[in-house]
Amino acid sequence: MKEDNLIRLVIDDTKYQTTVTKKYLSRKKYTPIDPDIIITTIPGSIIDIFVKAGQKIKKGDSLFILEAMKMKNEVKSARNGIIKEIFVSRFSQVAKGQILLRFEKE
Amino acid sequence: MAWIDKFLDFFKRSEKATPQKDSKAIAKQLAMGKMYARDRVNYLLDDDTFQETDLFVEHTGKDFGLDKKYLPADGVITGTGTMSGYPIGIFAQDFTVAGGSLGLMHARKITKIMDLAIKNGMPLIGINDSGGARIQEGVNSLAGYGEIFYRNTLASGVIPQISVILGPCAGGAVYSPALTDFVFVVDKISKMFITGPEVIKTVLGEEITMEDLGGARVQTEITGNAHFFAESEVECFEQIKELMSYIPWNNQKKAEPSTPKLPKPVFDVEKVIPAEPTTPYDIRNIIKSIFDDSKFLEIQEGWAANIVIGFARLNGDTVGVVGNQPLVLAGVLDVDSSDKAARFIRYCDAFNIPLITFVDLPGYLPGVDQEHAGVIRHGAKLLYSYSEASVPKLTVILRKAYGGGYIAMCSRHLGADFVFAWPSAEIAVMGPEGAANIIFKAEISASEDPDATRKEKVKEYTEKFANPYVAARNGHIDAVINPNETRKYLIHSLKVSGSKQEAKPFRKHGVPPF
Repeated sequence: MKEDNLIRLVIDDTKYQTTVTKKYLSRKKYTPIDPDIIITTIPGSIIDIFVKAGQKIKKGDSLFILEAMKMKNEVKSARNGIIKEIFVSRFSQVAKGQILLRFEKE
Repeated sequence: MAWIDKFLDFFKRSEKATPQKDSKAIAKQLAMGKMYARDRVNYLLDDDTFQETDLFVEHTGKDFGLDKKYLPADGVITGTGTMSGYPIGIFAQDFTVAGGSLGLMHARKITKIMDLAIKNGMPLIGINDSGGARIQEGVNSLAGYGEIFYRNTLASGVIPQISVILGPCAGGAVYSPALTDFVFVVDKISKMFITGPEVIKTVLGEEITMEDLGGARVQTEITGNAHFFAESEVECFEQIKELMSYIPWNNQKKAEPSTPKLPKPVFDVEKVIPAEPTTPYDIRNIIKSIFDDSKFLEIQEGWAANIVIGFARLNGDTVGVVGNQPLVLAGVLDVDSSDKAARFIRYCDAFNIPLITFVDLPGYLPGVDQEHAGVIRHGAKLLYSYSEASVPKLTVILRKAYGGGYIAMCSRHLGADFVFAWPSAEIAVMGPEGAANIIFKAEISASEDPDATRKEKVKEYTEKFANPYVAARNGHIDAVINPNETRKYLIHSLKVSGSKQEAKPFRKHGVPPF
């Protein structure tokens, strides 16, 4: 917080000279959610896959079993669509935020 | 048994319950750079005033070999003493006894002293240095934590509760400090987290050290869980004593007044504040220029630094100070700064400490991250706590007071008793640039020279609205004052509103936007 590393912060079209916090600098840039992909929200391993590429899927259909935090989590589809590609195979380890599946564009 | 034998027995038992200072466990504690629990207690209290309770309490564990173990004082030192001559309750977990682990009787020693503190209207200081629940005692240990949390909540707003983290404080144990008023941490000694590095690594595969996860710096700069950071335990204890000098002993009392002192002449209000509303300055210099002896005890200095909170004295009386900090993020309100100020305002209100607010802010911080983090809900806490507070509320608008930020910073509309503005104040819906771009949008875009027209319109708006007189004309502020007379105005206003009474509709309690 020294006055010699001032930056400009724009609020309502006015440019203010000020310093910024570490937290402000490390904030994540917003990226819109891609409705065509399904990503993991926890790391774990895929112990079962119920679908194939090219298959037509209805909202609520079971897609995978993701074992994580000692639980067998059922991954269901949140939409209708045709599967374009599956990126994981049975027993593969997955990280948080990894893409599991992509739908054909609607 | 003869008297002499009874005495010898008493000495023997006392000695067994108080481990000798040359013991291995204590040597280990000292080698970690930590003080021994009893020394911590004695350092904090006035000399020779510690009166111990429950030295002979023993644990009731029966399983996993615990029944064969003797744990001196069951791992926690409890009692009463005085600080600056006034009584306080205190407990200190002793890491040298079973890692300071908490079992049922250990917890009951703590709750006994808490009950005593509540009943007698005295502050409670808790020193946390514990590995966590005493697993061998099972659910009894959890019961102990629960009984402490319950009393922390009962005591909240009744007596001051201070938590000092001088070792690990992990898992459920962190919730007792979280429920108290002020949390003190020491660099490299304090560690607070709900789930530790090992669990995080197993479950999420993320690797992090204890220090980076929940060390003293993290808790005072990133999370805002702690209020005061110190380099050493001794510095931490001095900070606690200083804080205690500002606050009243319970919610029925006012803080002890001190001898009034003038601010130091080196701080000159007019020299500190730049005329240009977009140029920053350190609000703390303004605060120091107004209050007694130019002293200001800042709270949560390292977190949400775009707002400044803390205690000062005005003509001898303790006041709570809130001020926007133009030096950081232009002094905007955001999620963290709203949380920080709102909780402090509620503390002051609960303990009869008048609030003085200094306003200089451009509004709220724009950003997807802010909106998605719930800046609506968090920002509302500030409105709620200012509106709810019934202590004297005095506001000084220094420069910018724009839009929702103007309302939120203890405006007349939220119940301020007195609102003053400096001649440099700009009380408006937004800054001239933004306002001109909206009001004169058509004219600017139709102009042959849009930039020239914009400049002209900004100037027009500035002349008309960028001043305190529109608000003064409508009675939204009480006076435009000479900055050099701010202290005089505040002292008088506090005299006037010092014993104000306001009738409020009956309710059990409100529902603040937690």
